[in-house]
Amino acid sequence: MRELRFEQVSVRFGSRRRGTVAVDGVDLVVPAGTVVGLVGESGSGKSTLARAAVGLAPLTGGRILLDGRPVREMSRAAGRPPLQMVFQDPYSALDPRMSIGDSIAEAIPRQPASTAAQRRAEVGRLLELVGLPADRAGVRPDELSGGQRQRVALARALAGRPEVIVADEITSALDVSIQGAVLNVVRELQRRMRLTMLFISHNLAVVRYVSDVVAVMYLGRIVEYGPAADVLGDPQHPYTRELLAAVPRAGAPLPQPPGESADADPPDPHQPPSGCRFHPRCPVGPQVVPGRDRCRDSEPSGAGHRNLAACHFAAAAGQARP
Amino acid sequence: MAPATRSRWIGALRSPLGVTAATLLLVVLLLAVVAPLVWQSRADAVSPADILQGSSARHPVGTDLLGRDILARVLVATRLSVALALAATAIGVLAGLLLGTAPMLLGRRAGRWIAALINVAVAFPNLLLALFFAVIFGVGAKGAVLAIGFATAPGFARLTQTMVATVAGRDFIAAARIAGIGRIRILVRHVLPNIAEPLVVTATMAAGGSLLSFAGLSFLGLGVQAPSYDWGRLLGEGLAQIYIHPAGALAAGVAVVVAAMAFNLTGEAVARAIGLRSPQAGARPADDAPPVARAGGTYQAGSSLLSVRNLSVTFPAGADEVTPVREVSLELRRGEAVGIVGESGSGKSLAALAIAQLVPAPGRVHAERLEFLGADLRAGSGKAHRRLLGTSLAMVFQDPMTSLNPTQRVGRQLAEVVRQHEGADRTRAWARAVDRLRAVRIPAAERRARQLPHEFSGGMRQRAMIGMGVMASPALIIADEPTTALDVTVQRQVLRLLENIRTAEDVALLFISHDVTVVAQVCERVLVMYAGRIVEDLPAGELMHDARHPYTGALVAAVPGMDTDRELPLAAVPGRPPEPGRLPAGCAFAPRCPLATARCREQDPPLATYGGDRRVACWHADLAPTVAPQQTSAAGQPAAAGTEGSTA
Ligand SMILES: Nc1ncnc2c1ncn2[C@@H]1O[C@H](COP(=O)(O)OP(=O)(O)O)[C@@H](O)[C@H]1O
Ligand code: SF4
Ligand code: SF4
Ligand SMILES: [Mg+2]
Repeated sequence: MRELRFEQVSVRFGSRRRGTVAVDGVDLVVPAGTVVGLVGESGSGKSTLARAAVGLAPLTGGRILLDGRPVREMSRAAGRPPLQMVFQDPYSALDPRMSIGDSIAEAIPRQPASTAAQRRAEVGRLLELVGLPADRAGVRPDELSGGQRQRVALARALAGRPEVIVADEITSALDVSIQGAVLNVVRELQRRMRLTMLFISHNLAVVRYVSDVVAVMYLGRIVEYGPAADVLGDPQHPYTRELLAAVPRAGAPLPQPPGESADADPPDPHQPPSGCRFHPRCPVGPQVVPGRDRCRDSEPSGAGHRNLAACHFAAAAGQARP
Repeated sequence: MAPATRSRWIGALRSPLGVTAATLLLVVLLLAVVAPLVWQSRADAVSPADILQGSSARHPVGTDLLGRDILARVLVATRLSVALALAATAIGVLAGLLLGTAPMLLGRRAGRWIAALINVAVAFPNLLLALFFAVIFGVGAKGAVLAIGFATAPGFARLTQTMVATVAGRDFIAAARIAGIGRIRILVRHVLPNIAEPLVVTATMAAGGSLLSFAGLSFLGLGVQAPSYDWGRLLGEGLAQIYIHPAGALAAGVAVVVAAMAFNLTGEAVARAIGLRSPQAGARPADDAPPVARAGGTYQAGSSLLSVRNLSVTFPAGADEVTPVREVSLELRRGEAVGIVGESGSGKSLAALAIAQLVPAPGRVHAERLEFLGADLRAGSGKAHRRLLGTSLAMVFQDPMTSLNPTQRVGRQLAEVVRQHEGADRTRAWARAVDRLRAVRIPAAERRARQLPHEFSGGMRQRAMIGMGVMASPALIIADEPTTALDVTVQRQVLRLLENIRTAEDVALLFISHDVTVVAQVCERVLVMYAGRIVEDLPAGELMHDARHPYTGALVAAVPGMDTDRELPLAAVPGRPPEPGRLPAGCAFAPRCPLATARCREQDPPLATYGGDRRVACWHADLAPTVAPQQTSAAGQPAAAGTEGSTA
């Protein structure tokens, strides 16, 4: 497994003047053998970043590298991409007309010498790997539950022997009792095979459970990045704090927001706010704290801040933790 | 074709329409094959003695100008007419398929040009195009086949294009592309099989249309030329004599209509059976429950607001029936927040719909008691209840987009509610709508009220829905997964909004969710549903730590929280919930329950009072571990993750 690196990656939909910049100059590293959890609200560009990584969305800027080599070059050289993706909707992820075995077999790289029996054995092995009995290879997706389908999708992704797996909201369409089983498979695979994985979810508890590193995305930008314990235990960016505060907690009263501003609706991605993109909603930003005009005028960068938090007022990197 | 598909096509033939259509089609096709073999000589036999006779025993519909038997000629013409129509359809389908799949194969730029071309072509009426092409390709059968084929092509191209786009947008296509599979292979392996069914159906119906068009062209003399003849020609020949003996003229016309109908109806029947144009399923629930003003009167303070005893919902299923909601009993006091949790399919939403009297058509609701605001909802006229429910009960659904009319301004939809039930005048209703939008914290409510639903973000739409619910002052809000589609920050807004309305106006809340954490946070009491029944009823405070039913415990343990131990696997509930039609004997949870004993497999445990203020349906409620959720699965074993699949 190798390191996946996004360098100044941008993706724009539509024309230069009227389009939406869904991903805007993102730098992100997924170190070899780790799971990086990517969180952020819907529309923040998580899926677009993931699709760009596997070549489903065209880059308008930047590079995506695998151990220093451009991913696109590698897929051209090898005839298949070094990344695989697992999608959110288990019901649309598998071709309803194909047996699950055929779906998985299709993703196994073609080797001239491989026999049908070898492929069958490989399909069986992959099914066992995700906790499904090998003899179910002949069934069609409609005989499986959502959780089982999602595991088939995972097996299909593994079939391509990818260097990196991108998982986009793979548990959010599942029932809770099944979600646990899929998360267990992810965690287990990661431990046994040292998978490198970009794991996208809007559910912080889920991300926390599987990730070693957490990145927070807001309106096309990464606003905080660091080891899971640091980002979730000692968040530096006000948006990360907002997200953490909004996680439902049994028994706790519904938290009241610090100010009105946090209730403002997500801004229009067609016209991102000036300066810090979070400023219209920031509970410690210019709408609330007088004198923070800087937030409106200049764009904060993560450099030098703890957890690379892109906020003018985040603690400095070296500063002692409280 | 998959076995399931085949059985659906056969199923189509079981309906009365299907049987009639298929029989008719079979007869037409049979005639096309057989008629020329049997009647050819008779049809061609020129008999100067019998010119232009009326119907007689020898010539049932008479003879033509050369004394030939018209019936025989009509029967013999079946082959040519049908064959030409099918050929034209085949050309149309083929050209349509090529055009329709081209955008996918050729990439975006070329695709856009082709799509534009198709758009222009479909704007012309079919027959006009056919005439145009007929002139281009020249008079004669071959020209007509091409003309009609190309005239039907744009329609098919458009259909194919739309369907290809739909299928191409699905994730398995993306997965295939990531796996490096080429475009043509994706088209053949993944796309075409998934659009074949509707295409075949449409082609069948189009064949009927081609038949008519062909008859038209031949009738005009542009199609089949003498000495060949098809129905259109026969119709033309007969028309000259229509005043002398109409039967002879009409025979060909009848044949055209019957054959066209056979194709059309067969397509229609199959389409209906495979769900291409299913009849609109029930009324949209949200439309039926516009809350308006509080119903006064009968409600006595202190008694419960909603009282339900042994509610069940039954649907016919073939000869049998299924009961996806069983023995549901619950009480709700004014201002109380009660949650219902359970997996999808456990009957949560249906139970709520039953309470609101909104169960869709073939479903039936039974209850020993069903009282809301003191009124017995089981008895009396539907109209009175609709008014009571309409004015005092608000429903909020998961997807506000489906509950709001996409073509109407949001403010107007809210205003409509009070105009309809209270007869409020336009200005007052509008003012109220804006006020309510403000109450649900829609920023710039005045301006937003003038917008269409799609101009709202998901969270705003959900708040607008709630705003519609509180246009007057309901006594109960039923919220069915109101935040499932929303982000955490937006979810929090919506939950807080519901909370504020509840406490400020003493409105009761029945909150349905699959998320135990949210329910535990929002509600005071929680009902856990499994396989259509309430299996546990407990104070929210005890849900996370002291569930007595093994299913509740498992549900809680399966969800990671912000303090779950990352080193341990999450508890997975093995197996999957039973289908409502196939409940096991005894406790429905027994096949998945770690505590199940022989008794559990024989007798269904009743929902019994437990420890004063709770109810549990489990024979071994005392055995349930006082939460050790992490340990409920075989910790550490990778196979534990797989148990959901292996037993299913
Ligand atoms: N194919 C597309 N065409 C135009 N806009 C798109 C397209 N896909 C995504 N977007 C826009 O890009 C932004 C990011 O979307 P997405 O990556 O799906 O976010 P997330 O995965 O975080 O929910 C949104 O504003 C969305 O509307
Ligand atoms: S830069 Fe200013 S507005 Fe942006 S997050 Fe920091 S404090 Fe808030
Ligand atoms: S009755 Fe038996 S099978 Fe059912 S939940 Fe209780 S212990 Fe399990
Ligand atoms: Mg997404």
